Amino acid sequence: MTTRGGARPGPAPLGAVQAVGLLVLRNYLTYKKAWKLYLTGFLEPFLYLLSIGIGVGQLIDTFEFNGEPIPYAEFVAPAMLAASAMNGALMDSTFNVFFKLRYQKLYDQMLATPLTTADVARGEIAWGQLRGASYSAAFLLVMAGMGLVHSWWALLALPAALLIGFAFSAVCMAFTTYLTSWQDFEKITLVQLPLFLFSATFFPITALDPWARWLVEVTPLYRGVVLCRELVTGSVTSASAISVVYLLVMGVAGLLVVRRRLDRLLLP
Amino acid sequence: MSAPGTDLPGTADTAVAPAGGGLTLADGVRRQVDYWLVVVRRTWKGSVVSSFLSPLLYVVAMGVVLGGFIQGDPDTLEGADSYLAFVVPGLIAAHAMQTAVSETTYPVMGMIKWQKVYDSMLATPLQVHHVVAAHLGFVAVRLATTCAVYNLVMAPFGVFATWWGAVLAFLAQVLVGMCFATLVYGVSARLRSEEGFGVMFRLGVFPLFLFSGAFFPVANLGEVGAWVARLTPLWQGVSLSRMFALDHVTWWLAALNALVLVVLCVLGWFWSVSGLRRRMVS
Repeated sequence: MTTRGGARPGPAPLGAVQAVGLLVLRNYLTYKKAWKLYLTGFLEPFLYLLSIGIGVGQLIDTFEFNGEPIPYAEFVAPAMLAASAMNGALMDSTFNVFFKLRYQKLYDQMLATPLTTADVARGEIAWGQLRGASYSAAFLLVMAGMGLVHSWWALLALPAALLIGFAFSAVCMAFTTYLTSWQDFEKITLVQLPLFLFSATFFPITALDPWARWLVEVTPLYRGVVLCRELVTGSVTSASAISVVYLLVMGVAGLLVVRRRLDRLLLP
Repeated sequence: MSAPGTDLPGTADTAVAPAGGGLTLADGVRRQVDYWLVVVRRTWKGSVVSSFLSPLLYVVAMGVVLGGFIQGDPDTLEGADSYLAFVVPGLIAAHAMQTAVSETTYPVMGMIKWQKVYDSMLATPLQVHHVVAAHLGFVAVRLATTCAVYNLVMAPFGVFATWWGAVLAFLAQVLVGMCFATLVYGVSARLRSEEGFGVMFRLGVFPLFLFSGAFFPVANLGEVGAWVARLTPLWQGVSLSRMFALDHVTWWLAALNALVLVVLCVLGWFWSVSGLRRRMVS
């Protein structure tokens, strides 16, 4: 009784796909009312690109990436794609999940139906990915329109952005289950902002001291930024696989923790 | 009134009393000082990261590291001889805006709608303008401490040309913060759903943060873009803050910037009071 939601008496549990579909539909129905919020979400990476990439870029010559000099906007754009995948996933799986978990008691209600905690975890993350995918796709189109894409590999930047979103959604949702008050969200900012600013997003990692460089190289957003930059510039190597595996493992680990934590919190 | 929970006529008295023997503004605010002190005591830890650490991270990443790639040419950087010196005064002004907005959006709606603190305050002899003044006073104190610490931390980086320039820049930052606090308070008092805040952040605060001259000279936006940027209140604050910090002041422009901000603050004050009055007393 303490571990499995499906063990309760009542209707038989749904299949995993069916359950995720239901939860995604539920999120879609509630989000329809907040369409302005959804639409304006497209703007964020685009505005960073215009401001930092082009506004600040006018003050900078070129950067080197894999031995090739590239204009600053081309350097920043793939990083914004990766960073906005992280930011979107993080917002969705922290504030929204916290509100649903602690205030709205939405998951309590869901677990009173045949849905299980694993369904809740998968469903929320799947929804976040759908939303994130639409933003990433739009941003890639903007990049292509601005002439910042030079390789067909860039098509793979969309799944790469999804992978980043998945990894962060899962881990952040797991983390959110440990939070108890809105003040705790500072801890999330404490992690998010350094990741955003120092993951070779706005400057090449060679600008950092060797120890800081090493530290950045093992963080997840850096892996995502490098992956997206490699794909968009078309300089993919076998080393790119490291980033993919890293992010996959991170996401799966997060998913397992979320499920266990929801069991603990909601099925006493 | 002295004996709590006596009878109904007593409660009726309290509701009527303020209209006649109203408190002065100073008295009204003074009576809420202890309330706001408790709020500060209970929540200050939660604002340490966003108030002090985040700006510092921006300064290190943008000012120091990225700035290392940018030539410190005073002609292209509005008189600054390094990108760090250019970006810091702008970032502090932008940070004042963000602090002001975050203190006057969800917290204001919470006090109206969720915790209903304003309802309980207005059930006493306090009146709407007392409540608004005390809340905005709290925001002013938050702005002053945040900006002061930020400036003090930045001083050793050698970004201020003169000490009095740093003081004037600080005042400009608090002023631009208060300008946003009063304007946004007025919006929050009228807003029914918190969804509007998300849209406001994305269409208002965030573009202002990125395009009001904090990160790069607005001249880089082209002729039209630059003029649009100069019409925004944040640019007025960034401009003032930077001119003073770099000791590169065009006095007529400084006077104009300050005038715009003061006028907006005054308008914002009336906008806030009328907004809350319409919402709470009807």
